[in-house]
Amino acid sequence: MAWTWFHRLGSPPYIYSLAGRLTPWFAWPAALLMVGGLYGGLILAPPDYQQGDGFRIIYVHAPTAWMSLMVYTTMAVSAAIGLIWRIKVSHAVAASCAPIGASFTLCALVTGSLWGAPMWGTYWEWDPRLTSELILLFLYLGYMGLRSAMEDVQRADRASAVLAIVGVVNVPIIHFSVTWWNSLHQAPSVMKFDRPNLPASMLMPLLMMLLGFTLFFVAILLVRLRGEVLSRERTASWIREALSPPMSDRSVSGKPISGVRP
Amino acid sequence: MSDSIAQAATAVNGSFSDRARTPRSGLTAATLALTRDLRLAFRKRGQLIQPLVFFAIVTTLFPLAISPELSRLRDVAPGVLWVAALLSSQLALEFLFRDDAQDGTLEQYALSGQSLSGLLFAKTSAHWLLTGLPLALMAPLAGLSLGVPVGAVPGIVASVAVGSVALSLIGSMGAALTLGVKRSGALLSLLTLPLAMPVLIFGARATELAIKGESYGAPLELLGAVAVLGITLAPLATAAAVRVNLE
Repeated sequence: MAWTWFHRLGSPPYIYSLAGRLTPWFAWPAALLMVGGLYGGLILAPPDYQQGDGFRIIYVHAPTAWMSLMVYTTMAVSAAIGLIWRIKVSHAVAASCAPIGASFTLCALVTGSLWGAPMWGTYWEWDPRLTSELILLFLYLGYMGLRSAMEDVQRADRASAVLAIVGVVNVPIIHFSVTWWNSLHQAPSVMKFDRPNLPASMLMPLLMMLLGFTLFFVAILLVRLRGEVLSRERTASWIREALSPPMSDRSVSGKPISGVRP
Repeated sequence: MSDSIAQAATAVNGSFSDRARTPRSGLTAATLALTRDLRLAFRKRGQLIQPLVFFAIVTTLFPLAISPELSRLRDVAPGVLWVAALLSSQLALEFLFRDDAQDGTLEQYALSGQSLSGLLFAKTSAHWLLTGLPLALMAPLAGLSLGVPVGAVPGIVASVAVGSVALSLIGSMGAALTLGVKRSGALLSLLTLPLAMPVLIFGARATELAIKGESYGAPLELLGAVAVLGITLAPLATAAAVRVNLE
């Protein structure tokens, strides 16, 4: 079996250079899709018959809400892989996911509350989706808090991996309980936004934004992963070789690089 | 008294002791670990009542902060009782495993050849017997002071008793995860409270229905489901977290 490509993924120097090479392949399509999706969503798509132009925030809100869950899943799966097979790079991926996911969750909350202001007449409604999104943010913060509280990196990796897996089991229960709690305490929310009924001119930009945000996440993840690998391997000898500029470059630009400490 | 603690130690460390030639069953080891924890706790009786006193104080704060009218207090009683129960069950969590981790008992548990999750489940059961169960028995008293009708007492006892099982198990995961962290109190709450929100929702709902005199079976069953899921999975996560922190 040709599993060497897979085993090589566990090697920090290889993943460091691979992540660097792959980043533009995700970043540029993400930029193109997001610019295209924003143009389609903000300019080409017709206003909604009920919400007017107010609905257009969906082109940011829905992708960030989608990403907040996807990043958590990615984080938990890679943490589980790291815990089970003891792959250090997997833990580095999980560690790089957490701040990205927390930011997406925060964006989803802010855009959701900005959307709520004209539609519900209030910035915060104890809507089940907003509430479970808020709890998801707490889960991310707990994960990051646990990780930063432990000094030993490997111990932090494994403890936070256990927490991420526990969180994955809990997310459906939390979502279900919050939905159930809400349906008992308040009338169904006024905003029924049936996705399948969206006309193509509204749906296409949304799909472009979803795909664009997903690629954007991968690009950011790769950049963060490089930083994470660098900080974890800072004593390793391959770092020196990877970070020193090639000889030809040095002879051309002869001046010292500013901002880099010796 | 000290005899049975020594017995617990030999049972738990069965493979190292010459007294235990036949391997003890996991259930015996877990029972002995549970009685050991209970005995140790009853030696410090003053600490035992602290969660209860805390619960009483928190429930006293609400009438002072909201209003002394019983009709208004009755409306918020389920929320007050459950938030107070949730916070009181958090109190002792930080020290659930800490002493045993420092004096090496947890290491002996891990090396004993017995199931670590079984032994930790026994420790968590001791925590529930010492905080969850007394809270369940005390909650009706606090409820009556908030204007709750006497008919609601069985519902309140049942929901707090079942819900606190889940709270103890969630707390045991958080306590095990933060074993290696100094001054872990705030972090522990940050980890466990989001996970405990379903318990709060179902528990407060059951209490509310009980106060209104309606059937509270459905939320109580959901609370039971969460507790059973916790009994099945939480000890495994707790054991994994303890192993991480022992290495």
